[in-house]
Amino acid sequence: MTFAPGDMVRVADRPHTGHHRTPGYLKGKTGRIARVHAAFANPETRAYGADGLPRLPLYLVEFTGGDLWPSAPGRDRVCADLFEHWLEPSA
Amino acid sequence: MSDHGHDHGHDPIGRDGEPAAAARVRALEDLLVEKGVLTHEEVRARVDWLVSRTPAHGARLVARAWLDSAFKQRALDDARSAALELGLDPGESPQVVALENTEDVHHMVVCTLCSCYPKALLGPPPDWYKSLPYRSRAVSDPRGVLEEFGLHLDEQVDVRVVDSTADVRYVVIPQRPAGTEHLDEAELAAIVTRDSMIGVAHPAAH
Repeated sequence: MTFAPGDMVRVADRPHTGHHRTPGYLKGKTGRIARVHAAFANPETRAYGADGLPRLPLYLVEFTGGDLWPSAPGRDRVCADLFEHWLEPSA
Repeated sequence: MSDHGHDHGHDPIGRDGEPAAAARVRALEDLLVEKGVLTHEEVRARVDWLVSRTPAHGARLVARAWLDSAFKQRALDDARSAALELGLDPGESPQVVALENTEDVHHMVVCTLCSCYPKALLGPPPDWYKSLPYRSRAVSDPRGVLEEFGLHLDEQVDVRVVDSTADVRYVVIPQRPAGTEHLDEAELAAIVTRDSMIGVAHPAAH
């Protein structure tokens, strides 16, 4: 597990052809690790009949609504489960 | 002309007027069976399991959590184990997370990518949960969506929308309503609604 609760991370803003579980509205956004779940099979390969191994760490990452939607009030939060290979450290 | 004394056709059951999506699913199932990936019996067993799940299962977990603070803590630490402790089937997901709603924090659950849902504890998801408007607006305008469900939250309450994007399943432990001190566990479970465990409603009136 690379990240710990409280760490700030940026969701990679990269295109991806094929099945993946990183919502477009979070790509390029910065959030905070809220929970470290466990390692899970990789859906990007499992979706095509592979075993999804090696398993990848999965985190619950919390974002501030105002950072996601410029028109939204700032306080409400959106949390999403994101796999480690989509996360980059952020200051 | 049939060979047993009457002349109506013997069409397959229930295919007239079948929605296009259902026809596609049926064709897909037939192909998967033909390729040996699964059997019709497996599909039927899965459907039977799904329709046997109801929100009453999740409601038992919530009612126990309301009555037993040590159990509630165990549920917040590991809801899958807590469900097993009550003899409930937590489903296939290796991780189930319970989110506690309080005076200060309100959680609601969505799956923006598809329709991930804790089916083992809540049964099949409602149609609106799978609809594009709910899936898109729950994350961009949660308070507006909650208002449409008839739930008004005070400004000082923090809203946390949880987008269930992967393998983890989330169930909300709603706030126990005031004035329910006299209710026993079964009576409490009876007021815990499906929508309150998704986080778009308070428990029912009692």
